[in-house]
Amino acid sequence: MEITALTALELGKKIKAGEVTVEEAVKAQLEKIKERDGVYNCYVTVMEEEALKRAKEVQKRIDAGELDDSPLAGVPVAIKDNICTKGVLTTCSSKILNNFKPPYDAAVIEKLEAAGAVIIGKVNMDEFAMGSTTETSYFGPTKNPWNTERVPGGSSGGAAAAVAAEEAWYALGSDTGGSIRQPSSFCGVTGLKPTYGSVSRYGLIAYASSLDQIGPIARNVSDCAAVFEAIAGYDVKDSTSVKMDDYHFTEALVDDVKGLRIGIPKEYLGEGLDPEVKEAILAAAKTLEEKGAIVEMFDMDMVDYAIPAYYVIASAEASSNLSRFDGVKYGYRTPDFEDLQDVYKKTRDEGFGMEVKRRMMIGAFVLSSGYYDAYYIKALQVKALIKKGFDEAFAKYDIILGPTAPTTALKMGENLSDPLKMYLGDIYTVSVNLAGLPGISLPCGIDSDGLPIGVQMIGQAFSEKTLIRAAYSLEQTRSYERPACVKGEN
Amino acid sequence: MAITDETIEYVAALAKLDLTDEEKERAKKDLGNIIGYVDTMNQLDTTGIEPMSHVFAYHNVFREDVVTNGSDRDNILANAPEEKDGGFKVPRTVE
Amino acid sequence: MREYETVIGLEVHCELATKTKIFCGCTTEFGGEPNTHVCPVCAGMPGTLPVLNKQVVEYALSAGVALNCDITQYCKFDRKNYFYPDLPKAYQISQLYLPICRNGHVDIEVDGVKKSIGIHEIHMEEDAGKLIHDEWEDCTIVDYNRCGVPLIEIVSEPDMRSADEVIVYLEKLRMILQYLGVSDCKMQEGSLRADINLSVREKGSDKLGTRTEMKNMNSFKAIARAIEGEMNRQIELLEKGKSVTQETRRWDDNKCASYAMRSKEDAQDYRYFPDPDLPPISISDAWLERVKAAQPEMRDAKCARYVKEYGLTEHDAAILTESRKMADIFEAAAAICTKPKEVSNWLMVDTMRLLKVHEMDAADLKFSPEHLAKLIELLDAGTINRPTARDVFEKVFAENVDPEAYVEANGLKIEADDGALKGVIEEIVAANPQSVADYHAGKKKAIGFLVGQTMKAMKGKADPGTVNKILAEILNQ
Repeated sequence: MEITALTALELGKKIKAGEVTVEEAVKAQLEKIKERDGVYNCYVTVMEEEALKRAKEVQKRIDAGELDDSPLAGVPVAIKDNICTKGVLTTCSSKILNNFKPPYDAAVIEKLEAAGAVIIGKVNMDEFAMGSTTETSYFGPTKNPWNTERVPGGSSGGAAAAVAAEEAWYALGSDTGGSIRQPSSFCGVTGLKPTYGSVSRYGLIAYASSLDQIGPIARNVSDCAAVFEAIAGYDVKDSTSVKMDDYHFTEALVDDVKGLRIGIPKEYLGEGLDPEVKEAILAAAKTLEEKGAIVEMFDMDMVDYAIPAYYVIASAEASSNLSRFDGVKYGYRTPDFEDLQDVYKKTRDEGFGMEVKRRMMIGAFVLSSGYYDAYYIKALQVKALIKKGFDEAFAKYDIILGPTAPTTALKMGENLSDPLKMYLGDIYTVSVNLAGLPGISLPCGIDSDGLPIGVQMIGQAFSEKTLIRAAYSLEQTRSYERPACVKGEN
Repeated sequence: MAITDETIEYVAALAKLDLTDEEKERAKKDLGNIIGYVDTMNQLDTTGIEPMSHVFAYHNVFREDVVTNGSDRDNILANAPEEKDGGFKVPRTVE
Repeated sequence: MREYETVIGLEVHCELATKTKIFCGCTTEFGGEPNTHVCPVCAGMPGTLPVLNKQVVEYALSAGVALNCDITQYCKFDRKNYFYPDLPKAYQISQLYLPICRNGHVDIEVDGVKKSIGIHEIHMEEDAGKLIHDEWEDCTIVDYNRCGVPLIEIVSEPDMRSADEVIVYLEKLRMILQYLGVSDCKMQEGSLRADINLSVREKGSDKLGTRTEMKNMNSFKAIARAIEGEMNRQIELLEKGKSVTQETRRWDDNKCASYAMRSKEDAQDYRYFPDPDLPPISISDAWLERVKAAQPEMRDAKCARYVKEYGLTEHDAAILTESRKMADIFEAAAAICTKPKEVSNWLMVDTMRLLKVHEMDAADLKFSPEHLAKLIELLDAGTINRPTARDVFEKVFAENVDPEAYVEANGLKIEADDGALKGVIEEIVAANPQSVADYHAGKKKAIGFLVGQTMKAMKGKADPGTVNKILAEILNQ
């Protein structure tokens, strides 16, 4: 078996045992990227030179025994291109940042490097994380390794596709309304969106600050737990960061759901859900029940209002967060200007894609004089009710279970022309961000088109250990399926 | 609600976007659809509900008043599209 | 012509005396080469986040308490969105919905008439950067050194009716803020700036006229002139039957005229919303009590105490307490040399004179109270005489020299050897028989000439009292 097919923890073990050097791992991965990325377009930047240099440094630290406590030491990682890497292009897959090299590293990058990770490249995404298909990238769409006519999901589509195509052992993505979970579902991998505040956002280029959260995408739950353990932690540079009681997430990798109370919102199985997806979700629930969990259906009223509230809040914050891209301090500036207003308007008009402009306009609208109360304040009230709904549900259940997305991977171009249709695909993921909760998506089946189906589990705030235990237990009932392309059947 | 030409002009100006006529037409249609959908929130009675700007009830996150940064000008200016005399250069701001 | 009344409200921006900026660990030190007091946070780099400097809240609370405000015990920061090159994030972190203080007042007195000026609110916010216009290349250079320096904005009610009231209000405000130590309030460095909202209306009307706003005025004189100018401009318009346009105007103090700033092409719609990056602030009763207990002694209390404790006149006490700096020097020096009246004299006479000569503000005083006390002690011990002391004080004032070392180094000590002095006096007496004769003839003033001659011969290093005494002895032998 090729080392690129190992999980991150398996590779980490081999590196520790001296069976594989860090350099060999990096080289093997670079080779796969060269071989496959022309097709899938997962990477915006491949850091060949830096990674090879870094491999040597990390190897020394491993040999010196400095990284004995770090199971991921030496394992290469791909980073979503909205996470700042000092001196390395960080573009948010946008023309407006196509030349931006941050003067600092994001907090998660410092944490990963302390743990001996080797960053191998920056991966593609929907422009500024706005989208669910990775088709809005300035650098072209990423393709789904399961079927190149399908989208990988988004916005962390490059990250999920890279992990599935074995162009990365694991990746860091970001999730504002489902951007880790949904592409993980579409690409047949596992993605964890942690509780808001558990991972520092310092260095994550903001889309919607109150909803954004960085998390891992990997080939199984164990890898996700290990990565989360490495990146979680209180950060004095992020005022919304929260100190947790317990960071030993890998301790929760236990196959035991006996007595675990699992609730399935009836509204998550309603109209709009693909029947094959529904069947797979119910089968997963059944499996958990058979393993000793208590599974129940319940009513969750607010589901229909989550998407409107989400788009109002996210767009409002985005319109403010993205105003700093104005051609003055960094990034793209229009070559053709006469005065300051030209610099602003032409730079922004030429630098941003349509979906980003659309959300900035929605955001400006809902915050503008006369509409603030009717839209923005209303959305914050809906958010409060959604949070309350979850609080009530978690009084009865330890885990909420449902689909990650209404369908499996969509055809390329299918939703690009109809933004509203695209937004509706976020129905099962956005409320988790509004309520600040942790959620995980893991594979639970393959549909008749041969595309992976993802199941989503949602936990209480800061109860990632319960979530990891439930996901791990379900994962033990089926084996990881690789897309045909990496098995050499293409 | 219907989005008028004026509304599009207004939000484009606020967002500092120089939209083409074609883009404006498209934006008008898309925003109309999206805002129309967003209006479904109004079916929900939120009377008396405190708007939730921050999801967790944490407060008082402070730093102490201690200087931690030195000069880092080269790094700060490294990405500037245009710089002059240690500053970011822009067309003359009108007074 | 009809009779008009001017209605004025002020928005005063005051840079706080913190060591670091409001949301990052960069220095707030004034000056510096462009962009040398800047980090990724205050430069608005993508991905950076603000962390609030606690001292900013402490200072805002202190100001709010001193200005008799209600404290908003649960407050938040909001983003004010607009594009301008001095604002790198394209939003200013400020407070709109829940400002930290509301409903205060400042009591002033103009020409013997007492009046209370309402404080609508005080909010915390970040300062913007500086735009330097390059005439040669016709471009603008942006410097973010000031960007992120903490400000409080003190918004008054439209309670003022004249330039005099405005100036007295501002002076009072500055005095209070300096006493609290929350700001140095140096107008020339921009740490105290005022926006003036002004409208006129016919006397007796209770409806407000259309107002204009003049921004960033930074000298009292300019403010007074701007108010007069704008008042006259508005009255003239109304007299001609025209109306006042609500707009922002810039006062050109050189031309003594204001002009409308070209209205920005976009509407003033700041789209304020709570900043998701900053958790709310909760000010407990205990915290508030702690702030109240830690408030420094304010001027009125200090003034009364000086009269009672040091036996100063009310007039002197009032002058000494006009600035916190002067009062601090007075108290420290008086404590060391235990001669409060003498300290008071040096401050009231010599210090005030030198401040005037050098066109300085009391806040700019540089000498240490220890040195003033030492000077007084040297004089008291007879080590130097008063004229010498005044010369030495000029050095203390200008360079904060140690008077003892200075006197020593420059050989300014009084000759303590009475024998040598007596010898010199005897020579003077011998050389001036006419004056001696005049003295004996009853012209007692003649002794003054002899004293003067002696002091000259001693190069000033003699105590005139001792000279007088010895002279009288010799002449009366």
